[in-house]
Amino acid sequence: MKLEDVKVAVLRIEGTNCEQESYDAFKRLGAYPEFVHLKQLLGIDCNKDEKRDVFGFQCLMIPGGFSAGDYIRGGAIFAARIKSKLQKSLESFVKQEYPILGVCNGFQVLIELGLLPGIDTVMSDVPQACLNINDSDRFECRPTLLKHENNGKCIFTSKIPNGDVRLIPSAHAEGKLLFPLERQEKILDELEKNDQVVFRYVDPDGNYAGYPWNPNGSPGNIAGICNDLGNVFGLMPHPERTFYRHQHPDWTQSGLDDNVGDGREVFESVLDYICKRF
Amino acid sequence: MYEVKVKIGLKKGISDPEGKNTLKALHLLGFKNVKEVKTIRTIDLMIDGRNKGEVQKSVEQMCQRLLTNPVIHNYEIKIKEK
Repeated sequence: MKLEDVKVAVLRIEGTNCEQESYDAFKRLGAYPEFVHLKQLLGIDCNKDEKRDVFGFQCLMIPGGFSAGDYIRGGAIFAARIKSKLQKSLESFVKQEYPILGVCNGFQVLIELGLLPGIDTVMSDVPQACLNINDSDRFECRPTLLKHENNGKCIFTSKIPNGDVRLIPSAHAEGKLLFPLERQEKILDELEKNDQVVFRYVDPDGNYAGYPWNPNGSPGNIAGICNDLGNVFGLMPHPERTFYRHQHPDWTQSGLDDNVGDGREVFESVLDYICKRF
Repeated sequence: MYEVKVKIGLKKGISDPEGKNTLKALHLLGFKNVKEVKTIRTIDLMIDGRNKGEVQKSVEQMCQRLLTNPVIHNYEIKIKEK
């Protein structure tokens, strides 16, 4: 399909706050994004002409923020509301290989929804992982360096060479990716074997270095993972916040073209996938 | 009507940064006798139901589906008839 026909739903409820940059990223690349309140997909408290169907879009994006005030846990209430009516539709959306992106709070939603890690199943009934409070017990907000470690499964990073490091800012208090403790090592191995690890936090030399380079204490320095199909991707850092080079702290010194922000390729990759696949 | 208290804590081995941070602050305030701080959340619910068993079952479901994340939490349910 043509790029200008690619419809992207940028989902929101009360408390999401990164929808504008997320919308802009898709818009500036020539796609057709739309802000969609969850009520419009659920078909409640909205006019007939405002109702939307998940399958009217080729991509869903759950942006960052503090949805529903982060009550209970980050993303838990957003996920519960989605599950209340859209569980089957979402499962089928993913099975039909349409992509879903979750950034920061959106990643928490994907975990709570059971769409990630998605190792043996497309969508689990109860969460199989958790994004827990950062080890520092603080909101960690600064540029972070991510090493791309995916070997081709994740459709959101196909344009980023394996091993390349990208500067993508983090801003979260709950980003430590945990799996059931007794099986954690096994699951981490499995994720790696399945090519589901996408980004890991590194220091400026490209080494795994722990805190503060890893802002939350995630085991294995994991910053982002995809499901087994490669079409659901969640990461804590915000690629939409370094879409342009002028959003980088060193942009005046780098001398690089303003159009090549480090987060841009995430959006380019998924749009490229959609245009080729559908 | 039943009054339900759901006590949600962290599973053994899961780090509790909030507890550790509170412990540190208590030590700074001079409470050197504090050896451990654990953060626990309690959620109170008032629930209609035919009997205790039915209420128990329904609260278990709530814990699985929203109130806890089974990866890191364990929970205890206390039910009192009102």
